[in-house]
Amino acid sequence: MDTIKLTIDNRAVEVPKGTTILKAAEQMGIRIPTLCHFELDGLALENRPGGCRVCVVEVVGRRNLAPACITECMPDMVVKTNSFRALNARRTVLELMLSDHPNDCLQCPKSGKCELQTLAAEMGIREIPFQGRMSQYKKEFSPSIVRDANKCIMCRRCESVCHEYQSVGAIGAVERGFPAVVSTAFGKGLIDTNCVFCGQCVAVCPTGALAEVDNTGKILRDIANPDLKTCVQVAPAVRVALGEEFGMPAGSIVTGKIAAALKAIGFDYVFDTDWSADLTIMEEGTEVIGRLKAYLAGDKDVKIPVMTSCCPAWVNFYEKFYPELRDYPSTAKSPQGMFGATVKTYFADKIGVPRKKLVCVSVMPCVAKKYECEREELGVNGDPDVNYSITTRELARLIKICNIDFNSLPEAEFDSPLGMSTGAAVIFGATGGVMEAALRTAVEVLTGKTLPRIDFEEVRGLDGVREATIPVPGVADLKVAVVYGLKNARTIMEQIKAGNCPYHFVEVMACPGGCIDGAGQPYHHGDASIIKARHAAIYEADRRMPLRKSHENPEIQAIYKEFYGKPCSEKSHHLLHTLYFDKKIKFDLEN
Amino acid sequence: MAVKMHILVCGGTGCSASASREIISELNKEIVAHDLTDFAKVVVTGCFGFCERGPIVKIIPDNTFYTRVKPSDAKEIIEEHIIKGRKVQRLLYVAPDTNQSVSDSKHMEFYKKQVRIALRNCGFIDPENIEEAIARDGYAALGKCLTEMTPEQVIAEIKKSGLRGRGGAGFPTGLKWEIASKSRPGEQKYVVCNADEGDPGAFMDRSLLEGDPHSILEAMAICGYCIGANNGLIYIRAEYPLAIHRLQVAIKQAKEYGLLGKDILGTGFDFDIELRYGAGAFVCGEETALIHSMEGKRGEPTFKPPFPAQSGYLGKPTNVNNVETYANIPVIINKGADWFASIGTEKSKGTKVFALAGKINNVGLIEVPMGITLREIIYEIGGGIKDGKKFKAVQTGGPSGGCLTEKHLDTPIDYDSLVAAGSMMGSGGMIVMDEDDCMVAIAKFYLGFTVDESCGKCTPCRVGNRRLLEILTRITDGKGTMKDLEDLKNLSAVIKDTALCGLGQTSPNPVLSTINNFWDEYVEHVVDKKCRAGQCKALKKYTIDPAKCKGCTACARACPVSAISGTVKNPHVINQLDCIKCGTCVEKCKFGAITVQ
Repeated sequence: MDTIKLTIDNRAVEVPKGTTILKAAEQMGIRIPTLCHFELDGLALENRPGGCRVCVVEVVGRRNLAPACITECMPDMVVKTNSFRALNARRTVLELMLSDHPNDCLQCPKSGKCELQTLAAEMGIREIPFQGRMSQYKKEFSPSIVRDANKCIMCRRCESVCHEYQSVGAIGAVERGFPAVVSTAFGKGLIDTNCVFCGQCVAVCPTGALAEVDNTGKILRDIANPDLKTCVQVAPAVRVALGEEFGMPAGSIVTGKIAAALKAIGFDYVFDTDWSADLTIMEEGTEVIGRLKAYLAGDKDVKIPVMTSCCPAWVNFYEKFYPELRDYPSTAKSPQGMFGATVKTYFADKIGVPRKKLVCVSVMPCVAKKYECEREELGVNGDPDVNYSITTRELARLIKICNIDFNSLPEAEFDSPLGMSTGAAVIFGATGGVMEAALRTAVEVLTGKTLPRIDFEEVRGLDGVREATIPVPGVADLKVAVVYGLKNARTIMEQIKAGNCPYHFVEVMACPGGCIDGAGQPYHHGDASIIKARHAAIYEADRRMPLRKSHENPEIQAIYKEFYGKPCSEKSHHLLHTLYFDKKIKFDLEN
Repeated sequence: MAVKMHILVCGGTGCSASASREIISELNKEIVAHDLTDFAKVVVTGCFGFCERGPIVKIIPDNTFYTRVKPSDAKEIIEEHIIKGRKVQRLLYVAPDTNQSVSDSKHMEFYKKQVRIALRNCGFIDPENIEEAIARDGYAALGKCLTEMTPEQVIAEIKKSGLRGRGGAGFPTGLKWEIASKSRPGEQKYVVCNADEGDPGAFMDRSLLEGDPHSILEAMAICGYCIGANNGLIYIRAEYPLAIHRLQVAIKQAKEYGLLGKDILGTGFDFDIELRYGAGAFVCGEETALIHSMEGKRGEPTFKPPFPAQSGYLGKPTNVNNVETYANIPVIINKGADWFASIGTEKSKGTKVFALAGKINNVGLIEVPMGITLREIIYEIGGGIKDGKKFKAVQTGGPSGGCLTEKHLDTPIDYDSLVAAGSMMGSGGMIVMDEDDCMVAIAKFYLGFTVDESCGKCTPCRVGNRRLLEILTRITDGKGTMKDLEDLKNLSAVIKDTALCGLGQTSPNPVLSTINNFWDEYVEHVVDKKCRAGQCKALKKYTIDPAKCKGCTACARACPVSAISGTVKNPHVINQLDCIKCGTCVEKCKFGAITVQ
């Protein structure tokens, strides 16, 4: 490979051709601050507009300062990252940015996690010499996301994920000059746009311009209400990330501590979404088998590929962009939805509490789940199956608010009967997990034989699109695909539309790497190693489980015996499956 | 039978706005009425340049140049000049120095020092008739390139000519073509013409496209031949309807004549040109922003590299040149690089078109050889400052340039001297200011323009320019401090150093150059709260001289904010806190009792 020799801060360095000054400096231990620049190494997510100008450095001989994040190293370049000229310019640029930023850090949802705040602190900004007009935009609330455009610094990270990564394009830069800001088309509320509430904009926003809707207050109020019983469920990916909020290394598995903390917060019943993930496999897996058998038998009407439907942003995506293809995804509700439906029927009856008096809370790595809770079809007469969904970050806040020292908290078990799960359920948290879990059950059911190996390595990994052929002896060679990022999902939808989709079964997750990097997870600030550590932890958690196939979960077997009868029974169709709607956004330019 | 006399009437935007269309129809009516259709013919041309004296009507072959013609003059022109051969004296230009009428434009001071290369056909040909363009060597250069020269030879010729980009930055054109030609050979490439002229007061490109569209089409085809592109795109502002119309007509005619389209002149070379419309954003004159706009994206620049030659329109190698740059190409091919290089200075060859505007007697479009001095332009071509006022400064390069003063009058105009003097060539706007212009207000005006036109992508331009403008506003409002002046300098320097694109990097130039050249005026505004030009309203003070005031109450009754108090037949007083400095009282006072400081 071609290499380039240059000097940075009086030290010689040799880097491969095409390396930016930022990267070259980084490998020498020189940390040039950045704001707009964002990159998730190995997850194909990047934003390099070179717009914030915080990373400017002096390149000797050049007329202007150079943005380190996009300037490639050139032979014999002499770079000064900390010359007075560069430092002064960087400080001035930051002061300019702050001169149009509300100084309400104490109340800001990003306080302590804000990259602008951190940078201002690191640079020792004590006063802002420039005073003048400030942006005055209204806050916008949606079921999942709160936008405060006054805090937008035009880094365009959100725009990049929304357009390039998700191919959704709900938000982008509007206006020009000083009023330029990221907003929706015609300033519409997110709910009226193509937004699918994946929340990746929130995950990458360096400031408090984008944040999740906070439900912690409502939960504390309901827990304190003696008339109500509260139960809580925790999604798989939460357990490999929550520890980060308490200073633990990324990838720490804190399942037991979460159960203990939720009990300490005061929930009456502490359950596990992993339980309903196993239930999902039973329902979705049975649906896959049914549709596949019909397809292989020559049924022309059956829709193949079957697509997963656990990711709420993905559900929103096909309802908004491909409503005509909404028969392809499985009708199975998401694990959150199945849990809510079971709790508000089977469990409410069991403990003798009317459903209105039972509050169901979910802890999710996700902000789209908040929107899912509000879906009318996922409730009865206006009473939602899941009352509130909170993110991993909100749970961390709840734990802190409730004076719980998470680190020294002894581990506890989830409650029964909706608390036991298998390794197949925990891997739902990573891309490929639902596919693998479904295969562990479906292949055994199809062949009637115990799998010799249950690790389907071929569907694991962190590539955005992965495909595999799974031989199912005596049935067929099953062609499967696993994608994350809705842009990749769009490719599959287009294949289906064009009639050339080669797969039988497709798993789709909206977020990078699946739920482990859901928009409700602790902020990673572009450090891909955090996501990789969570990814490894998910599979580690799977390995540690005594049972690793959903159909072997005794609590699942019990509920079928006691309540649902069998997978895809009439009762389960009623409670565990759902409908999708045509939600295509039609912009009426006249109004 | 060939027509003996041609009546050329300017059909440019300026003269059209001054009723040249009516003049044309009146002339045609008179020709028909006098049964002269076989003898005389009206030709609608592009801009003659002497806009100050428009509408212009020129009679060929005797080269009589009529100025400020009205539709009602048509009858006299036909009856006197065409029929009787007598010049209409009252419509001739009168030289201000000699008071003599001058009938031939080449004897006018305005034209004497001009050298018309890019504008060679403007005001001579009917831009909507390809045959007139062809009669003046139109498409001859394209033919020569396609049949006698290899692309490498053409590029070598352009390089040798020393032609530099006329859009403002002055990048060597031949080199640009060479880079584009070597970039990803064999792939689809694009030739783009940047007609997104946006400087306030500039109309060079518009006039060129209106007056001689074929030379641009021809040059783009030559460029396509050189770099290996078969597609050309002209990015033009939608607010230039006449230029768009003329281009559409020209493209259609060129295709009919086989000079555009498939297999041009039977050489096997294909080249097509399409128009792309801009919505009038100044920043879209920046080539990467222009390309994004053409792609249907937000018109904002991106970091270079990659340059358009590497990855431009739709990611393909793209060569972007300005209208005026292209206009020079056919002449260079026809007359040779040596001839072109003999005009101008050592590093700036050829000519430059300027739109001369502001407080100058001869407002108009001029083309001068590089190296001419500002003094020659302002005092000879421009005819000096209006109303005998004193020259103060000239702004070149539009909002990206700077103010040049008295001491720069003998600076030769070329790319490098202008930059050295603290301004820049820019695309060719040249606005002259006199003693009545406040330089702080001028800086504020230009900055206001950049603040409006900033795309908002990078922080220094989005927020920094806004803050600069706010500081300038404080100063012109009489609220400035000496620290504000320091902040202006420091912030300007950082914006120049850190902004993403040319717009941001040059936006503080009007501030810096006025600070450098008119520091005293800034200090006066801040310390003495005084604007010597009397332009800054907030710094004006209206007072009533009690000795002169008769107590007629006219001022008090007229004051819209009731800031004047007093009783009948007693001297009145202006309450300074209420006064909005509208000046109504001064107009009403019959006794000259109200003074403005």
